[in-house]
Amino acid sequence: MVALRSRAALYAALRTRFAERGVMEVETPLLASSPVTDPHIDAIATANPLSGDHPFYLQTSPEYAMKRLLAAGSGAIFQICKAFRGSEHGARHNPEFTMLEWYEPGVALESLMDEVAAVIRLAVGDKAVEHMTYRSAFLTAVGLDPHTASLDALRDCASQHMDINFESDERDTWLQLIMSAVVEPSFDGEAITFVVDFPESQAALANIAIDAQGQSVARRFEAFCGGLELANGYDELRDAGELLRRIRRDHQQRKASGQTLPPIDRNLLSAMQAGLPECCGVAVGLDRLLMLATSSSRIDEVVAFPLDRV
Amino acid sequence: MASYSTNEFRSGLKVMLDGEPCSILDNEFVKPGKGQAFNRVKLRNLNTGRVWERTFKSGESLEGADVMDHEMEYLYSDGEFFHFMDPTNFEQVQADEKAVGDAAQWLKEQDVCTVTLYNGAPLSVTPPNFVELEIVETDPGLKGDTAQGGTKPAHLSTGAVVKVPLFISQGEVIRVDTRSGEYVSRVKS
Repeated sequence: MVALRSRAALYAALRTRFAERGVMEVETPLLASSPVTDPHIDAIATANPLSGDHPFYLQTSPEYAMKRLLAAGSGAIFQICKAFRGSEHGARHNPEFTMLEWYEPGVALESLMDEVAAVIRLAVGDKAVEHMTYRSAFLTAVGLDPHTASLDALRDCASQHMDINFESDERDTWLQLIMSAVVEPSFDGEAITFVVDFPESQAALANIAIDAQGQSVARRFEAFCGGLELANGYDELRDAGELLRRIRRDHQQRKASGQTLPPIDRNLLSAMQAGLPECCGVAVGLDRLLMLATSSSRIDEVVAFPLDRV
Repeated sequence: MASYSTNEFRSGLKVMLDGEPCSILDNEFVKPGKGQAFNRVKLRNLNTGRVWERTFKSGESLEGADVMDHEMEYLYSDGEFFHFMDPTNFEQVQADEKAVGDAAQWLKEQDVCTVTLYNGAPLSVTPPNFVELEIVETDPGLKGDTAQGGTKPAHLSTGAVVKVPLFISQGEVIRVDTRSGEYVSRVKS
């Protein structure tokens, strides 16, 4: 009950804040005809409501639908909704979870980070904010430059910190393992930590830019607090051609690992061809934020009914 | 044997790792919002008792281990092997000293123990949580001294030595918690 009350209070505070800032609340369908192509995200397929032959999917995030609204001229929008991801279950993951997602046209990534810090503070009170780049976070925690370190150096670094039961020649696999198992746990749990400028290969739908060291980086950030990843923000990609190239790369990777090949979301593609305004967007995990607000160690403690009781 | 994927790993599941039968103790799912998911798994090697921590890519799988717990009656020890019998089908197994380990000091004939079998052979023996054993040797009892907190060592019929209150005498039967090795109470005969 304490968790339910905290949730209700947080939603009310969020809606007040967005209303004051002129960000419009929207609602988009939970059912999607085309899921994300990201090979590491597993969309849950459902029956076709009209008994057609292709399946529908529960959305893994409202991103595509909200970008279509942005392209249609919605201006700044936010949404509090359910998102679903298959196979994600653990102390910090539930296959069904609540996302706060919002987009603001004409806003810089840095200002969006400030606003994300303000939203986190609504739930957990005043906290210090630390900013670092993906590179500086790695240099501090493990002494490696993630953009230039060799595959062997990354593998050795991971092996020094844990016993590994797999082999991989993907640099990103090692980077992601070191990030989640070594770098993230080294952050000050009492502060809100922003990590920005990810490797280009982990761009997802973020724009690419050249940083001060001449390195090509993805303009996206993640926010952490109390050992939890809370938010993922982007300087949003607007180039439809580049979107198609990234989808093709996802498909190739899926093919190589024997995964299904999801259909391309043609509605998103036409919206981007018509023109997405320059904008930044972010997704915040509200269940995780409530875990922090209520000092819960498991996501099951902040949802009304955990997966084994639905 | 079936194989199990990382998302089926539960505490207590028995799997093969590096050719050794292991019991899963803990399975932590780690996944960045964008990127590869991992499982950081703690397992106990059932041969050595050592705890391993391994990191897997999510979705990988391990072969199940043919490890089963059986309730079996302790029959006797021939000096080399300890013999147990399944009271439901009278099948007997013999366990060596390594498998019995510390449980040996609590084994009384006819007591029912948990015998963990791996490919049909005993891997480990867990004694009952409570056993009732006779004291074969201890200092003389101090009559009436029930209030003092003092203890003295007592040798039990199975070879174990436990601390007992001062008022307990040789020849008495006591109840012992085998998990802590502590005296629980005296058993009225």
